[in-house]
Amino acid sequence: MLSFIIRRTIYAIIAMWAVSVISFVIINLPAGDFVTTYIATQAATGNVILADEAENLRDVYGLNDPIYVQYVKWITRIVRGELGFSFEFNAPVRQVIEQNLANTLLLALGSVVFIWIVGIPIGIYSAVKQYSPGDYVATFLGFLGLGIPDFLIALVVAYLVFDHFGILLTGLYSAEYLTAPWSFGKALDLAQHLVLPVIILGTAGTASLIRIMRANLLDELKKPYVTTARAKGVTEWQLIMKYPVRYALNPVLSLTAYILPFLISGSVVLSYVLDLPTVGRDFLRALTAQDIYLSGAIILGTGWLTIIGTFFSDLLLAWVDPRIRLEGD
Amino acid sequence: MVAGSQVGHQSDTPGSNISDVDAEGEIEVMSQRQLIWRRFKRHRLAMVATVIVVLFYVVVVFADFLATNDPEDSEADRQYTPPQWLRLFDGIKPDLHVCRLVGTRDQFFRKVYERDCEQKVDIRVFGRGYEYSLFGLKLDRHLFGVDHPELTAEDTVFILGTDVQGRDMYSRLMRGTRLSLLIGLIGIFISLMMGTVLGAVSGFYGGFVDNVIQRGIEIIRSIPTVPLYLGLAAAFPADWSVERRFFAITIVVSLFAWTELARVVRGRYLAMRQEDFVTAAITAGASQRRIIFRHMLPSFYSHIIAASTLNLAFMVISETTLSFLGLGLLPPAISYGTLLFTAQNLQTVALAPWLLIPGLFVVVLVLSLNFMGDGIRDAADPYGS
Amino acid sequence: MTTETATDQTTEQPRGLDADPVISVRDLETHFFTDEGVVRAVDGVNFDVHPGTTMGIVGESGCGKSITAKSILQIVEAPGRIVNGEIQYRRQSGEAVNLLDYPANSGRMRAIRGGEISMIFQEPMTSFSSLHTFGNQIDEALKLHTNLSKDERFELAVDWLARVGIPNPSQRMHEYPFRFSGGQLQRAMIAMAMCTNPKVLIADEPTTALDVTTQAQILDLLQRMQEENDMAIVFITHDLGVIAEIADEVTVMYLGKVVESGPVNDFFDAPLHPYSRALLTSIPSMFTGSRERLPSISGSIPHPQNRPSGCAFHPRCQSFINGVCDIREPNLVSVNEEQDVSCFLYED
Repeated sequence: MLSFIIRRTIYAIIAMWAVSVISFVIINLPAGDFVTTYIATQAATGNVILADEAENLRDVYGLNDPIYVQYVKWITRIVRGELGFSFEFNAPVRQVIEQNLANTLLLALGSVVFIWIVGIPIGIYSAVKQYSPGDYVATFLGFLGLGIPDFLIALVVAYLVFDHFGILLTGLYSAEYLTAPWSFGKALDLAQHLVLPVIILGTAGTASLIRIMRANLLDELKKPYVTTARAKGVTEWQLIMKYPVRYALNPVLSLTAYILPFLISGSVVLSYVLDLPTVGRDFLRALTAQDIYLSGAIILGTGWLTIIGTFFSDLLLAWVDPRIRLEGD
Repeated sequence: MVAGSQVGHQSDTPGSNISDVDAEGEIEVMSQRQLIWRRFKRHRLAMVATVIVVLFYVVVVFADFLATNDPEDSEADRQYTPPQWLRLFDGIKPDLHVCRLVGTRDQFFRKVYERDCEQKVDIRVFGRGYEYSLFGLKLDRHLFGVDHPELTAEDTVFILGTDVQGRDMYSRLMRGTRLSLLIGLIGIFISLMMGTVLGAVSGFYGGFVDNVIQRGIEIIRSIPTVPLYLGLAAAFPADWSVERRFFAITIVVSLFAWTELARVVRGRYLAMRQEDFVTAAITAGASQRRIIFRHMLPSFYSHIIAASTLNLAFMVISETTLSFLGLGLLPPAISYGTLLFTAQNLQTVALAPWLLIPGLFVVVLVLSLNFMGDGIRDAADPYGS
Repeated sequence: MTTETATDQTTEQPRGLDADPVISVRDLETHFFTDEGVVRAVDGVNFDVHPGTTMGIVGESGCGKSITAKSILQIVEAPGRIVNGEIQYRRQSGEAVNLLDYPANSGRMRAIRGGEISMIFQEPMTSFSSLHTFGNQIDEALKLHTNLSKDERFELAVDWLARVGIPNPSQRMHEYPFRFSGGQLQRAMIAMAMCTNPKVLIADEPTTALDVTTQAQILDLLQRMQEENDMAIVFITHDLGVIAEIADEVTVMYLGKVVESGPVNDFFDAPLHPYSRALLTSIPSMFTGSRERLPSISGSIPHPQNRPSGCAFHPRCQSFINGVCDIREPNLVSVNEEQDVSCFLYED
């Protein structure tokens, strides 16, 4: 187990380094450096920045250094928690991200719960009652959920709600609660607003969970240990829940730490369509405005989060399997 | 105890029969390809899906022939005209026509068009329309359209309505299908090149090289693609030409897809190397070439086709999403994404729901590709039921 | 055979080959409904199992012997289904029941399954869940079929582990199956099957996956268990050596049908069916010359869907009678007091 942890840790560190390089490349891709962009935005508001001022700015931000020095400086600042300044929001990047972080996590966590509650039972049912009408329906819905892009579902649902009820399905808070302090009413209002986004964000995950659960369980149901248990006189459902489901669930549950970051990045498009106040929405705004410090921080953040999530998933997966946990004891 | 007195496991030890009498003659022998095809045909949904995918490809080739109006033709007056559905009968008499659009002036003296089904516009099959080129030929025939000696402004056919600039949605959709699928196809080609080369190298050399490539693939796969490709796409200057942007976006969508193909190729290669029939071929003295081309490649193909089909779906979704967000293709390029870009505003959609029709095309295409890919994958699995 | 078992008779209940059968299978048919068509895996099987004795069921892979065993407990997996037949079982109380009258998932069937009739399997390594400790898995059987308390069940399980010859039994209870060797696992599986005191033990190729030494030990263990617990065994194997070692009676199956049955000595001394004879001559013996070619059965088992007409064995048969064997199906008939055979050579 120890050697497993060490191996995984080294791997995670390499992956995090790779992601940081990719993020750095992306934020340096746009033509001209961000000072040029900054000058342009300032010029738009009437502020003229002189050439030597610009040069000064470039020195401050180290833009005249060789590219690898720039990278080292950038990554050192990031690790220290200095994420830079967002010109688009006119605030420190950290503040911009923190502002909507809670909403983002709430949305992603809600979707994880939704995916579990819906995906696992349907997956089990589908496998146990293979080729039943219910199985076909579940399989087809699974395909639909996987095949339709999130933004289309969001668009169609929002359109239908607007068309039938005249409600604009946007945001996470009603107008009266927007600036109100936290209260039961506000929480309820938030919960109501969260339902549809959570479901829409969860469709793809639910669909793939149904498929994974079904496939895993079908494999497990054929294993000899199931026959052994059956020959002991255990009832069919009891034995299915105790043995094959346990086998099939282990990877699924341990994958949660891995899915969560994907849901966070998946919420980008959804937030844009439904105008949800999440980090994802800010990310798109930063991208279109070429606000590189903000977009770079978010790309790096989601990347690192995913790697850390994968790391914990792997550990968890190893832990629940006694064959790996007890290895080398 | 009598040792080793086992009744022969016939399936495991085919060589143990020293008989001259051969019962095998009665058994049908099918090639790998026939077997896969037979299993695939049983998958009815996959067959339907394949037909639909083929139809989409017909659109890719014959987009202009199928279009009724020049997709670029705009007229502000005809903004958001509702679909003039094709009607096949007049009463019970077969008669291909659409309802005529009649223009009136509203209280602000703006021209508005409404459908008046008392009047019809006749549709002519293989009529003349705008000029286009197909396989290098200049043509002006279209599958159907209005074609009269004397055309009036009201002789129009917008079977899926018009957009904000009064352009024909149907014709734009045909063109959009072409571009979106082309991105996917070129993307598949790029991914296939990268995937097959790296996958084969990985599977062939094994050891250290394999390890490095596999870890690299794992890293790429562990990064959430959405922020990355959004970031990449956003980095392209907005003033790039349509073509340049097209290729840039194609590369972006294929960047994250090749890993899956590489994984499949390597996995099949490694699995194959262990298979008994390959060992058998080696012991039988078959040449390396013969083993690879005759024994291994046939079961490769189907897996690669399956993975490519599923990847194509992913690429269509990627392009659509990017362009929808304004980060992928930009107008005047016509693709599913840019068409849906016009449907972003809910009030607009409520006013002209037909703007969502490209979404329906995306869903049907993606679902069909998924069903088809899954069908091929199931059929290619020799141990499938 | 009969005299051997009669000497150590300890209970009131009659046992041995002359006693009334504890299980009698009649016209059992189990079919598999696949996409390609119906496979008649078990196609009219008849045999009796007598109390305290061992019935060996022998045949090549795919002849339906495992499916027959699973049919007795009604644990045939989909798409398999028992479509016809009777399985008469004489309960501990003396009451005779047809097991097929009980639905597969009914409480009564489950009380018998694992309680009165236990089963052990071919691959001990995969027949346990590696996510649960061994103790957990044996306790499951005891919880279902006894009214003992948790501690009593633990004691009993430890006791059984000791009886099947597993060292440090109470410690092993807390371990996961992958820590056991193959032979130990097979012993553990026997303990798990025996702990509910079954009257019948169905052993589905329990020694096939083991090496020869372990195989012999497991056979000895099974025989000891049989003597100590007065239990009938249905022993399924493709290994005639094992049959000679352990069985009192033999049933030979070919393509889902019984072709011959009778006492084990008669089977080895005077096999009736051409298939049985062919099987026996393909065994290497001490007297076979070193360069001599071992005879084998010509041809191979047909695919169950391409079942030959008439007697299914006719394309491979040395005594094939043209116009008879390929047209009509022979019935299982008694040739003498003890032996039954299904072959036209013995039909009048």
